[in-house]
Amino acid sequence: MPEENGNGKNGNRVGLLERVKAGVKEDVQSLKTDMPAKAKEQIEGLKDPTKTQVFTSIFRHKHDDTPRNRALGVLSNVFLHLHPAKINRDAVRYSYTWGMGGITFYLFIVLTFTGVLLMFYYHPSKVQAFRDVLYLEHDVPFGKLLRNMHRWAAHLMVIAVWLHMFRVFLTGSYKKPREFNWNIGVLLLVFTLLLSFTGYLLPDDQLGFWAVTVGTNMARATPLLGHEGPFGKMLGMTPYNDVRFGLLGGSIVDANALLRSYIWHCIGIPIVASVLMIVHFWRVRKDGGISGPAPVMLTSEADKPRRKVE
Amino acid sequence: MDWRQLWEICSAPDNVPIVGLIPLLIFYIYLAWKQAKANDELIGELETSPAMAKTHHRKTWPFRPGWQKEIHVWPFLLRIEFLAAIIVTIILMVWSITLSAPLEEPSNPNLTMNPAKAPWYFLGLQEMLVYFDPWIAGVVMPTLIIVGLMVIPYIDTNPLGSGYYTWKQRKFAIGTFMFGFVILWVAMIIIGTFIRGPGWQWFWPGQTWDHNRLIYEVNRDLPDLFGLTSNLAKAIFGAIVVGGYYLAGGFLVHALFRRYNPKDYQRMSLLQYSIMMFFWLTMVALPLKMLLRLAFNIKYVWITPWFNV
Ligand code: HEM
Repeated sequence: MPEENGNGKNGNRVGLLERVKAGVKEDVQSLKTDMPAKAKEQIEGLKDPTKTQVFTSIFRHKHDDTPRNRALGVLSNVFLHLHPAKINRDAVRYSYTWGMGGITFYLFIVLTFTGVLLMFYYHPSKVQAFRDVLYLEHDVPFGKLLRNMHRWAAHLMVIAVWLHMFRVFLTGSYKKPREFNWNIGVLLLVFTLLLSFTGYLLPDDQLGFWAVTVGTNMARATPLLGHEGPFGKMLGMTPYNDVRFGLLGGSIVDANALLRSYIWHCIGIPIVASVLMIVHFWRVRKDGGISGPAPVMLTSEADKPRRKVE
Repeated sequence: MDWRQLWEICSAPDNVPIVGLIPLLIFYIYLAWKQAKANDELIGELETSPAMAKTHHRKTWPFRPGWQKEIHVWPFLLRIEFLAAIIVTIILMVWSITLSAPLEEPSNPNLTMNPAKAPWYFLGLQEMLVYFDPWIAGVVMPTLIIVGLMVIPYIDTNPLGSGYYTWKQRKFAIGTFMFGFVILWVAMIIIGTFIRGPGWQWFWPGQTWDHNRLIYEVNRDLPDLFGLTSNLAKAIFGAIVVGGYYLAGGFLVHALFRRYNPKDYQRMSLLQYSIMMFFWLTMVALPLKMLLRLAFNIKYVWITPWFNV
């Protein structure tokens, strides 16, 4: 047992107690002086949140209004960096692009958002589908608004794509070097229409049912691959093995058609369309940005042969 | 005049987009035309004075020396994008609050809707069903439209009018596209929406839909008019008519194209030229076939045991 000084008193212990007392006193003192100072510092810091560690970890540069920071604000942001830092001064005139490509994309985002919310309430089965839509309309908070927004945004998107294509044509923006991107665009047009069409069946009401019946009945007549189409019979096509059967998962629009529609509408086509949009935007940049408004060209300047003719 | 019928068609929720599309399209055609006109005037001026063409900045908007050629995306572009997003959101909100999406009775295969219409954006194709068999209207035409759109950049060899609105430098291209888009696509949709009633019959706007109306149309086939009876004769006759259309029409277009678009003609390769001819003639065949039907009640031109055109 440790007995270092023999006087029998716990001298050491007394020393410890005093030290603890002094320490506590110091702590209290520090609380009184340091904390207010720190609090003051904290409040000062709040006046400029851009200096906090959290802020600087998110935004990697300052936001003073300098040309450098304006450029960085775009370039260092994953969502904005599809844009260049600077563009031609006339390219922002919306009388040129009508903003239609951008509006189409925005509507696609709105549709994805409202669509995911709708999916929480919808079962793609014959028993449930129609009831789910009724439930959405009457009981789900804001369900009706949600459904309406999804529907109207879809219609608007179709209109916006058409107008976008129209302006791309009128400005000759499909010409060299943008031929390929025009083709990506045509595919996007097709997928936009297919998205809209596959969604039409999902409420499982008379409107969608007959629209899809009319639409897919045409597939019966596909040359070679439909049982009513030219040469179809010769190739052994029947209502139970032709393309229409493949599309509907049956010979009539029924439960399987509903499920197929649902999967194409909510998973298949959105994924393909998203990939195509990424390529589309990428190519807009790679092809040298928006085609114009370009300086006008004169007939005499167009005569120079574009390719060398041997 | 049945105003109620007209109102019911125009205010059917799924028809509202088309009611909206018409003024939008008119507005954007106007906007494009205005800029094309300004550009064409500038081009005309520059063509006549080479000295001015050397120094001019070649746009209809002002530009002064010393102005920066480029501007920052933030704020000058992004603010427009954000504003557009807000405006679109507001329009959507108001539209969704005031007008509800349609929901009919539960689907019932035993109760046919009359008229049973495709969604409005496909009504042009459904309208074609009146004039063509389903394999053409439903399968061949959509395919040709898609392929036709895709080949456009590869057959339009005109380097002029890239990146600005113009009419004078691209009359043929723009005329063709406007015809296809505005007349053949949008106008057919408008007919399908506002005019076609029960039994897909023609009802003028404001005419009451009569579900019991029957029209006795005696449709004839072109070979019958020429007194052909045997299958073989009909098939050969049809092939000659259709082939003749492409040959004679092709020759006519060739004669005109060569004269009025000599530069494009020179620039185009044989492949480009033939592809253009094929699509152009096929597109123009649509209204011709419609005319045959409407004016002469002719249903088929070419009859074979396998397919009819
Ligand atoms: C989902 C559909 C589509 C989306 C989201 C989309 C989006 C965009 C965006 C944001 C731009 C930038 C310029 C602008 O806003 O006008 C653009 C440009 C372009 N788009 Fe699309 N687009 C779509 C469909 C189409 C279609 C149907 C076509 C043509 C058939 C097309 C052809 C082009 C071309 C050629 C450009 C380059 C235009 C230029 O440089 O002026 N796109 N697209």
